[in-house]
Amino acid sequence: MILKNKKMAKKTSTWILDGNHAAAQGVKLSRVQVVAAYPITPQSPVTETLSEFVERGELDAEYIAVESEHSALAVCTSASIVGARTFTATSAHGLAYMHEMLHWAAGARLPVVLACVNRAMGAPWNVLNDQQDSISQRDTGWIQIYARNNQEIIDSIIQAYKIAESVYVPVMVCYDGYVLSHTEMPVDVPAQKDVARFLPPYKPHTILDPANPKNYNLVTLANPRVNAEGVLCHGYMELRYLLQEALQNSRETIIRVGREFGELFGRSYANMFWENRLNDADVVIVAMGSLALEAIVAADMLREAGHKVGVLGLRVFRPFPKVDVIKALEKSRLVVVFDKNISYGLEGATCSEIKSALYGSSVRAVIRNFIVGLGGRDVKARELVDAVNSSLLSMKEGDLSKEYPEWICDI
Amino acid sequence: MGTRDCQHISSESSPAIGEAGTTGEWRDSFPVIDPEKCLPVRQKKPSCFLCWLYCPEAVISRTIPIQINMEYCKGCGICTQVCPAHAITMVLEEEFYPNETD
Repeated sequence: MILKNKKMAKKTSTWILDGNHAAAQGVKLSRVQVVAAYPITPQSPVTETLSEFVERGELDAEYIAVESEHSALAVCTSASIVGARTFTATSAHGLAYMHEMLHWAAGARLPVVLACVNRAMGAPWNVLNDQQDSISQRDTGWIQIYARNNQEIIDSIIQAYKIAESVYVPVMVCYDGYVLSHTEMPVDVPAQKDVARFLPPYKPHTILDPANPKNYNLVTLANPRVNAEGVLCHGYMELRYLLQEALQNSRETIIRVGREFGELFGRSYANMFWENRLNDADVVIVAMGSLALEAIVAADMLREAGHKVGVLGLRVFRPFPKVDVIKALEKSRLVVVFDKNISYGLEGATCSEIKSALYGSSVRAVIRNFIVGLGGRDVKARELVDAVNSSLLSMKEGDLSKEYPEWICDI
Repeated sequence: MGTRDCQHISSESSPAIGEAGTTGEWRDSFPVIDPEKCLPVRQKKPSCFLCWLYCPEAVISRTIPIQINMEYCKGCGICTQVCPAHAITMVLEEEFYPNETD
């Protein structure tokens, strides 16, 4: 690769990796100390690869075999609280099974990093891709980052540790099952010593020391209380406020870490979302994960037909980049949001968030929502183009607001 | 005054007397000892102390006469049941302090 400045890493090598192996390489380079995971399709190769790294002595970590995903995250939270850098990975039902511990990791402010290989939820059984699993865990207090390709998976995992350990909030790195997890593509793998420069050792805010015994995450009542040393300690609600405050403030850290990563490795992530030709766009496609790249193909096709179309690819879903979204959509008259998830009875989660962000702003765009790609249904660029065209047409006919989302399926 | 001075970002405490508040506030009745009946008092030597042994809150002293820390006694009444001399009886707080309201 071309060196742009002196600070940049000198050695990188390009490997052909699928998303799961890219994730495992990111974990290895981050010098994770405790790995606990339970295999589930399509995440299994992540855990298999990590167990091989540990077995061969390439990764100096404890690999703890557990009997469930709930236990996997329980191990990670426990190890994190005593000062270990921890990792787990899962998909769909495994993530749902972790639900309780997701709250626990965030509430205890532990910088656990989790790779969620996005997969559809049953019933009925389906092992293929959509984003219903991680979207369903939106309110657990985790930072959520979505990768568009395998390069972003490895890069996001390395950055996730730096973000999590700076703001003491766990980070979920999400990537589409099969579309990315089992698809090989060229990935630039950074050198270990450069990652070590980028990522300092983990400094826990909880120290377990027999000489100074502590009780962590004890029963905490509603109101603040004065402890034995005379300090007024947070009640339950103050601790919840601090978690919200940490997520609100984490935007700055996410951007700073992304910029530092770019300075060292030449790939900047100093953004909350990826944008493609937004400058002059009056029609904006919004998508998240690998779909955000497919959307660029669709936008190019629409440009050829004379429309000024841009793409906003959400990278960080929590904290939701409200201010950035308003700014990016300032010039738009139509926003078409594609969701690989559905909040039953309302609409796609991303669409709700976009609408919520725009409330009270000067943006007066018409917003359309399409539910696509559930349970691995292929999403073709041509379908995105058709959705944008039909939205433009109905808008022209005066249909400014639809009560419910439209679905791209054969019903 | 808010809790900003507290530097914790998750809930934590150190083991210390009074860390969880004074459990004596939970009590609805309290033990009263009749020293005339208490065996160590009568025998004038350390003996019996079953109340000290069985008290789940460890608030009874192994002294003559025995003393009960009423800041932490929850009023469970186990001492009255284990005393072989029936020297301890439970008295309802509201009977003892009839004019106090919660």
